[in-house]
Parts: sequence; C-alpha cells; structure tokens
Amino acid sequence: MIRSELLQALAKDNPELHNDEIEQVVDIFFEEIAQRLAEGGRVELRGFGAFSTRERDARKGRNPRTGEPVDVPGKRVPYFKPGKEMRQRLNAE
Amino acid sequence: MMRSVGTLTRADLAETINRKLGFSRAESLGLVEAILEKICAAMTHGENVKISGFGSFVLRDKKERVGRNPKTGVEVPITPRRVMTFRASQLLKDRIAKG
Repeated sequence: MIRSELLQALAKDNPELHNDEIEQVVDIFFEEIAQRLAEGGRVELRGFGAFSTRERDARKGRNPRTGEPVDVPGKRVPYFKPGKEMRQRLNAE
Repeated sequence: MMRSVGTLTRADLAETINRKLGFSRAESLGLVEAILEKICAAMTHGENVKISGFGSFVLRDKKERVGRNPKTGVEVPITPRRVMTFRASQLLKDRIAKG
C-alpha cells in the first residue's frame, strides 16, 4: 500500500469528505510525527507502535570502494517499536 | 544536548487536525484511528506500506530459533513469526540527524 492507496481507502470509508480534506489530514498526521521526531521527542500510538530516536556514536568507517578509513560522525536515528496488539494481529491465524 | 519534548499521542494528532482543519475533536480522533487502522489492515493482509517522504513499514518473516528464558536459563524454541519494521525515508533520516 502506498500513500495514494491509503488516501483512496480513507475516501471510500468517508464519502462525506473531500479528497483534499483527506489529503490534508494524512499530511498533518505524518508531518506531526516527523516533526516531533526531528525535535528529539517520542510518538506513542498505543496498539500500533511507538516512534523514538536513538543516538549513534561517532565511529570509524571505511569507504567500501577504496578501503580508505573515514570518520563517521555521531548522529540521531529514527527507531520504531511495534505495539503489542500490532504484533499479535500480524501473527493471528 | 537535545531539549526534551513530551510524547506525541493520538490525542495530540487529533488536536492538530481539529485546530488546522476544523473537524470536531471526535471526528479528528476518528480520522487518526482510521489512518492507523488502514495501515494495520494492509499489513495484516501481508502488504508493506510505503508513505513517500516519511518511510516504509516492512514485514519480515522470522524463522524459528532457539531462545533462552533469561531468568531460568532454560532453552525454549521461539516460534516462527511475522514482524513489522519501519524504515525511515532519507528525508526523515536527514531531518532527525540534523535535530
């Protein structure tokens, strides 16, 4: 499923809404999550899962082509942990 | 160091939708739930979900492996299972790395 298919699915269930309204709702949904993560915060959607960020230390890497050592700076990376309900639903027979 | 910000929840997402688009609080909460439910339903049917600019929710099938009860040390089989992972888009990774 891609974004446009998500919009279609929501439109089908909500015939009273205009397509551009659905699009704005979906935009706000993902933008708010992204923004909070960019600020270093956490997003908790019970049953679905939780988004957070983790710190990665600086490390020495290697250019895979030349084998030359390079310094990889420390950074913050996104992390997602699926919720209990989600995990169970994926494995329900 | 990163300043600490609180946890964003369904209620906060609904609040923003209410404020920016004027849907009632109940409608806004319903829409948040509907988005999550659509993603969840697609994944339950074995589909990956890809949201451009944000990231992908990707299913992975794990084989059975031997685990250990950390308390007792007793070996137990971990049954094969399907798990959901999230791969952030390059755009989201860049936004988070910059802080």
